Amino acid sequence: MEFQIIWFILWAVLWAVYFMLDGFDLGAGFLQRFLARDESERRAIVNSMGPVWDGNEVWLLTAGGATFAAFPTTYALMFSYLYTALLLVLFSLIIRGVAMELRGKEDSESWRAKWDIALLIGSFLPALLFGVAFGNIFEGLPMDGDGFHGNLFTLLNPYGLLTGVLFVLLFATHGALFISVKTSGDLSKRAAALANKIWYPLLGVAVLFLAYTYFATKLYDNYLGTPVLFIVPLLAVLSLLGVKVFAATGSLLKSFVSSCSTILMVTFTGVIGLFPNLIPSSIDPRYSLTIFNSSSSPYTLKIMTAVALIFVPIVIAYQAWNYRIFRQRIDPSELLKKGQSY
Amino acid sequence: MDALALSRLQFAVTAGFHFIFVPLTLGLSLLVALMESKYVGTGDEMYLRMTKFWGKLFLINFALGVVTGITLEFQFGMNWAEYSKYVGDIFGAPLAIEATLAFFLESTFIGLWIFGWNKISKKLHATAIWIVALSANLSALWILLANGWMQKPVGYLLRNGRAEMVDFGALVTNIYGWSKFFHTVSSGYVVAAFFVMGISAYHILRKNELTLFKASFRIAATFGLLTSLLVFVTGDFHAAEVAKTQPTKLAAMESVWDTQKGAAFNLIVVPDAGNEKNSVEAVGIPKLLSYLAYRDGNAEVKGLKDFPPDMRPPVLATFLSFRFMAVLGVLFMLLTIIAWLVAKKDTIESNPALLRILLYAIPLPYLATQVGWIVAEVGRQPWIVYGLLKTSDAVSKAVSPEQVMLSLAGFTLLYGFLAVVDIYLLFKTAKKGPEDDISVIVKQPGAAPVNQEA
Repeated sequence: MEFQIIWFILWAVLWAVYFMLDGFDLGAGFLQRFLARDESERRAIVNSMGPVWDGNEVWLLTAGGATFAAFPTTYALMFSYLYTALLLVLFSLIIRGVAMELRGKEDSESWRAKWDIALLIGSFLPALLFGVAFGNIFEGLPMDGDGFHGNLFTLLNPYGLLTGVLFVLLFATHGALFISVKTSGDLSKRAAALANKIWYPLLGVAVLFLAYTYFATKLYDNYLGTPVLFIVPLLAVLSLLGVKVFAATGSLLKSFVSSCSTILMVTFTGVIGLFPNLIPSSIDPRYSLTIFNSSSSPYTLKIMTAVALIFVPIVIAYQAWNYRIFRQRIDPSELLKKGQSY
Repeated sequence: MDALALSRLQFAVTAGFHFIFVPLTLGLSLLVALMESKYVGTGDEMYLRMTKFWGKLFLINFALGVVTGITLEFQFGMNWAEYSKYVGDIFGAPLAIEATLAFFLESTFIGLWIFGWNKISKKLHATAIWIVALSANLSALWILLANGWMQKPVGYLLRNGRAEMVDFGALVTNIYGWSKFFHTVSSGYVVAAFFVMGISAYHILRKNELTLFKASFRIAATFGLLTSLLVFVTGDFHAAEVAKTQPTKLAAMESVWDTQKGAAFNLIVVPDAGNEKNSVEAVGIPKLLSYLAYRDGNAEVKGLKDFPPDMRPPVLATFLSFRFMAVLGVLFMLLTIIAWLVAKKDTIESNPALLRILLYAIPLPYLATQVGWIVAEVGRQPWIVYGLLKTSDAVSKAVSPEQVMLSLAGFTLLYGFLAVVDIYLLFKTAKKGPEDDISVIVKQPGAAPVNQEA
């Protein structure tokens, strides 16, 4: 297999795993103030992500670094064309990270309340903006030999916004399910109930998205050319149905796993439709950034493939081990009893 | 200002801000790991409280280091797209490797360390902070190999209109990158040593928790002495590497205008860049500069006049930064020798003057690391990759000055706010001293996991 194709797959995997993992942090982060009724519940939600959020975010840094190393031209043009949008993502992620780490560093209600608002904003904006960005990538960017003919506001087109809303609802469901399996008591029940409720608008938006995609993008071309690929969007739909079936019957862990699978399959559905483009041009296909015209040299790709194939499995192994260590549910009513407060 | 000047300013501000937090992370992670290992080895709970106290300061600092680091990865593409296109084939690799090898380890094990008290065995818990410390330093290695490549490009071929990697081995064995790595990480260790000595001094002066802080002071003084010597040795080695690789930087560092053999090292120099000369040169030590640069007292040192003006870096900024860094480096050695002797003779408390000096010396190693980066980066100008690509050709074409103005304003506001929060928390936590109730909680039979980090 050509190295470009291996790296296209790795690129898709890195983004998909990032959305699957940080998706529940972002969702739980912006739901925290709505779901929690008191400080112990708010803290339980933050603590449920505490040991893992930073490791989850590194999947984004690796996806970015891999884009740089494997497809430098795409990295350069994508980041400079989407300058202001990515700046907003960056600021939000900075605020989210600081809010996570510093909210408990002073024992004061108003201090924590302010950081909780920061957590809400810093979690909601990336969820929305990643969706908007990927929606625009699916549509293609208005770019040609003279560069980029858009700005922040052209990115906020109906299809981009719809994808943004899709991401927000996906991550909200995912985050609510995460809270429901990671905490106990009333909080867990309310989180499960919320996931059950958000699922309906999520289904509606997902259907709308699949239909609108047919008109707004060329993503279906690859599927029509190779119908066997339809299995991936089919799995996405089945996973989404699984989320509801399991949540409604109280099998929350299975529902959460289905939600993980939904996010992976939705990402793969989009990326398979893009192939061999990374970012299509919406005005002149000759200027589309493909895995062939924007990639690194075969030598670099070979080195990077070796690095990825050796180290990514190791990363997955110790991250899984870390999740296992913290598999216990957090009981909000127990949290405040312990004297120590960081 | 145009997009180029604004982008340069923005990179300087964001990289400089990031590097306030990095050096302390590099050094304090090691010190906290040492303390926790002492706790595991001796079972003495004083070391547990010590670990938790310095660990809390470490975490406040670490959080800021993590979030400000993302900015740098984004900026290569956002503001320096032409650079990224031209050198991404070779420069992107170490960045991606840094994320894969180091960031994952660091971020996963810091989570385990923060929330793992009482959940995993003591030994495994101490191992977690060792892994954090090693991965932080490993991350420094890869980013400095990347920077080392910008300083001394190796292992590439100009092909397909860009620099393509042809020798990965040359990239990872680039002596410039390695010598910069050792110099940079040891400067981080010095930052941490002065941080711990200074805060310990504050409490010792107030007779607060004497045993704990004297023990902290002793660890930091020994660590500081060894590492400030290491900074000096690696700095000397690195300067010789600069001399070999970047004659313009060396000439600017020393403000040498005329090419000369057997160049003297002048203790007092006042550069006059406008007239391409030094208005004052005094207290010269014959042949020393030639010797320091080339290990040969008669070697020729190139002067700035040998290069056209548009190929020279800004002389005054490079020269002053280098001098300031070197003077501070000597001062650190003197201070740590005294601190170490005092700690060894166990007369720490009876030296209030020294303790006060050490308290106010906390910012100095930070300053040294900042000016060190000015030497490295301003001294490389007008090149972004020395001899290969000019900074002016590296800036993004698609980004307007207004966009950068806006983002720079955003960074200034956000980072200003973060700086205030960070300084407030560090001061408060440092002044408050160790928590009292830790030992109680740890002793509670069957105590539920203590994960109140957040």
